[in-house]
Amino acid sequence: MTPLVFLEHHGGELVKNSLAVLSKGASLGDVHGVVIGSGVREAAAKAGVFGAQKVWVADDAALEAPLPQPRVDVLERLVRDHGYDTLLFGQSVLAADVAAGLAARLDAGLNWDLTDLVRQDGALVGKRPALQDSVVVDVGWKSTPRLALFRSGAFDPQEAGGEAQLEDATVELHDFSTAATMVEQAHAESEGPAIEEAQVIVAGGRGLGGPENFKLVEELAQALGGAVAATRAVVDAGWYPYSTQVGQTGKTVSPKLYVAVGISGAIQHKVGMQSSGTIVAINKDGNAPIFEFADLGVVGDLHEIVPKLTELVKQRKS
Amino acid sequence: MKIAVCVKQVPEAQAKRIDASTKRLDRSGEAALNAFDANAIEEALRVKESSGDGEVVLVSLGPQSALDALRKGLAMGADRAVLVSDDAAAGSDLVATSLALAKALAREGADLILFGQQASDSDGAVLWAAVADRLRLPLVSQASELSVADGKAHVKRQTEFGYDVIDAPLPAVVAVSDAINEPRYPSLKGIMGAKKKPQESLGASDLGADAAQLGEAGSKTEVLALGDPPARGDTVKIEDDGSGAQKIADYLAEKRLL
Repeated sequence: MTPLVFLEHHGGELVKNSLAVLSKGASLGDVHGVVIGSGVREAAAKAGVFGAQKVWVADDAALEAPLPQPRVDVLERLVRDHGYDTLLFGQSVLAADVAAGLAARLDAGLNWDLTDLVRQDGALVGKRPALQDSVVVDVGWKSTPRLALFRSGAFDPQEAGGEAQLEDATVELHDFSTAATMVEQAHAESEGPAIEEAQVIVAGGRGLGGPENFKLVEELAQALGGAVAATRAVVDAGWYPYSTQVGQTGKTVSPKLYVAVGISGAIQHKVGMQSSGTIVAINKDGNAPIFEFADLGVVGDLHEIVPKLTELVKQRKS
Repeated sequence: MKIAVCVKQVPEAQAKRIDASTKRLDRSGEAALNAFDANAIEEALRVKESSGDGEVVLVSLGPQSALDALRKGLAMGADRAVLVSDDAAAGSDLVATSLALAKALAREGADLILFGQQASDSDGAVLWAAVADRLRLPLVSQASELSVADGKAHVKRQTEFGYDVIDAPLPAVVAVSDAINEPRYPSLKGIMGAKKKPQESLGASDLGADAAQLGEAGSKTEVLALGDPPARGDTVKIEDDGSGAQKIADYLAEKRLL
């Protein structure tokens, strides 16, 4: 019954989101972790602090690149050899692919986008906001193993544990699992002030129409004393640097005020900013999903509204 | 080069609701092709066009009415469509859906299998990994650039840490992001021609799938209850009549955010 938490790492450190899920697991009782990579023993040892009694370590040169399929092989073996019936994952590009691959491999149920996991009448029940968060669905598993993938930021890491026992996991990889190869691996950029710390964020999306219009966003951000963020679409298009990207594959932020300019509010973006205090949206498409969760939404031409707003903010502040 | 694109019909954004009696998404209203799938279809057409020849096959699981959404993809330029449609498959979760799709895809034997970034109804963004595992094929997700040459898919993709470049030998499964391209609009000729393109409907037995592996019977997850979300406060949407900026400024002042 002890859950096993997939612990992701980057740059020699376990990532915050995984540690948060580990802490959640620890709050339900005993919890184990698994760290898969190359040269990861030191990072694995730190999982004890966040509540793991035992951490499996799959340390192999073949596991160096953060690709999902070899990780499915390692997890499958752990489940089959040691009978784990509950596996917990924190949302990431890697973890989602690992969890879904493992679900197919084990014919196991996977519930995703969970914001909580509770024990109800002896059974585990996941909480999942759905349909633009208009409803919360209680989801369950009809059999074991149960796989759960949690939304980013659902929990916080808690340093409540002690020392974890490290044990080697068996590494036996399928040919097809190692067929995809990493040619060039991403490294986190560390330039500029982190948008995670900002109290006010003004973010621009594809609705700006072109990179030159980001100056509207920058001027409003400056007037408000805030930072500038961007959506994946405009970062991929090269309009703004990746270090400012908010969303599923970017940063998760929760400022007091988030102003979304020309942003439709796709899930990819929403998961990175939905816990902001107040959300204001300006978009010309009245059907954009952003209006379903913005506290104040204005349907109109951002080229008209944003410069006016910048002037009004400057007037009020002076 | 044979390219399969997995697509889904979804309810129109405005019509999304969960049926309280079945606890399933209500699929009775207006429906459309999942918008994210248009990026995958576009990318398939580009790969086909740059390789000079080949075939683009749409593969879907859904009710018979999903043929309407598939025709949109055919109108864009896909060559034919395969719909797995069986009453026994209704209510399939990830495990059951991936099984049905994998069986349909195995029948096609495509060189490249593409997925869009997510399903706009379930917000699912994981199906490709389950399908790749069932087919025992290499997988790359979140592709923002794709090229195919020398029997390999060459992919630039985005993660939380920046951009990776990954090579996968064909046959391979690639899930593309919505930033990879701008999907073309179907031409009038494309729309007129779509109805005449081959559209095949398959049942569970055609795929050699046991009905017990599909639908709710084959699913390993279940919806137990529906509840209200924690209150986020009221959302207000106004049309700009020239006073939009003033209204935002007043709102921010009222909330003491200025």
